[in-house]
Amino acid sequence: MVAVRGLEKRIGRQEILRSVDLDVAVGETLAIIGRSGAGKSVLLKHLIGLMRPDTGEIWIEGQNIIGMSERALATIRQKIGILFQGAALFDSMTVEENIAFPLREAGERNPKALRDKVSEMLEVVELEGQEKKMPVSLSGGMKKRVGLARSIIRRPSCILYDEPTSGLDPVVSDSINRLICRLQQRFGVTSIVVTHDMKSAFHVADHIAYLHEGRIYFHGTPVDLQQSSDPLLQDFLLGRSEEQGKVES
Amino acid sequence: MIVRFFNTLGGATLSFFQYLGEVVVLAADTFRSIFMHKLRWKLFLNQVVEIGLLSQLVVVITGGFTGAVFAAQAYFQFNKLGIGSGVGAVVSVSLCRELGPVLTALMVTGRVGAAMSAEIGTMKVTEQIDALRALAVYPVDYLVVPRALAMMLSMPLLVAECIGFGMVAGYFVAVQLLEIDGAYYVANMVRWTQMRDLIIGLTKGFCFALLIVFISCHKGLTAREGAVGVGRATTEAVVNSSLAILICNFFLTMFLNIIFPAGYQ
Repeated sequence: MVAVRGLEKRIGRQEILRSVDLDVAVGETLAIIGRSGAGKSVLLKHLIGLMRPDTGEIWIEGQNIIGMSERALATIRQKIGILFQGAALFDSMTVEENIAFPLREAGERNPKALRDKVSEMLEVVELEGQEKKMPVSLSGGMKKRVGLARSIIRRPSCILYDEPTSGLDPVVSDSINRLICRLQQRFGVTSIVVTHDMKSAFHVADHIAYLHEGRIYFHGTPVDLQQSSDPLLQDFLLGRSEEQGKVES
Repeated sequence: MIVRFFNTLGGATLSFFQYLGEVVVLAADTFRSIFMHKLRWKLFLNQVVEIGLLSQLVVVITGGFTGAVFAAQAYFQFNKLGIGSGVGAVVSVSLCRELGPVLTALMVTGRVGAAMSAEIGTMKVTEQIDALRALAVYPVDYLVVPRALAMMLSMPLLVAECIGFGMVAGYFVAVQLLEIDGAYYVANMVRWTQMRDLIIGLTKGFCFALLIVFISCHKGLTAREGAVGVGRATTEAVVNSSLAILICNFFLTMFLNIIFPAGYQ
């Protein structure tokens, strides 16, 4: 479904990604974890063509998207949904207009069909009856749900999640994690979840990739990760800073 | 010292030409989009309301008071020479050729250009433009094309409105307050004001519309660093548009005067 080969990205003098290789199979949920500033969100934005790499290849359903024009990327982007870290809802539109936006842009003009589709999506994300609200009056968790509803309304075959639980309380985080699992089961989509919330990663992922200093340092199942004795991975899993690690050793 | 001076000068020159290039590329992309991709009529009409309809009060006040004060000042000088009735001609030709288009453009820059830049800039820093792209919508098609078309339609009409209200206000001040003979005032105005003067004003309005929309949209699309970045983009959009209007006005005046020479023929 998604294959990344030798992806490199430099912003200014800083090397963000250094020869990243990654494979995600159809229907799989991959969590990309790593410390803040490791390049997780940058990697995710490359997968949908929002950023262009310096070198490397990204294959989506057998098509290399590197070098494609912005307009040519539109056909690829119709197959991929993305949930942004801040949800990125259009603040001048209601919840209903936000969710219906991709369908309107695809040419759907029938108001009843649009309303029905929006209601269905709101039911999937458990936000029934919120159609007329403006994004500014929604809580963080509700915004993420609306963002998710907007990204899945065209039934993409792959969904990218950028820190889906960041800034949310544990209860709302858990409900988002359950929602990700439910979407995977209901629509059979391939999911790539960027997070540094380990609970979330273990909850939703079939595989976990640990991004460290711009490289994939570990790629395996959640069980492999938990059983690993690698000190770097253990420090991350236990939330241990370098200073604390030195003191304990 | 000298090397540093030339480095700074060279860097600034390169940045300036890069900026110009980016604005030209945005303009080319927009025109390609207008002719080759679907137009969003609802967004276009919303922008016509925002730019054309809601700018009217500002433009009417600007035109009216400019015409009024210009008529008064011209009368104070002309009356000493005994040619007070020539005020109408001076006011109307100046409004058509220079004051109408330039003042309208400056007012629209402050009202509409700043709003365009701030709105698009906010969308940029809150990832809404990335969301558009991710939803397979090309931002130029969605954000710039409706604004550009609405500006191209609205600006010449606003300029005409500004000129019209300026002439009416000038007539009122000259005839009602300063007691110039109305018949002579109108006769001189009609005799010296030609259709070509109005064409120059409307042409300038159209050109200024392009400057405002592309400079403002470009600043919005390239806004950075959160609220500070949006504020900076908005300020730069207004300043750059105003300077571009004043500079281009000189070249347009020289060029259009070749096609439509000034004066009674």
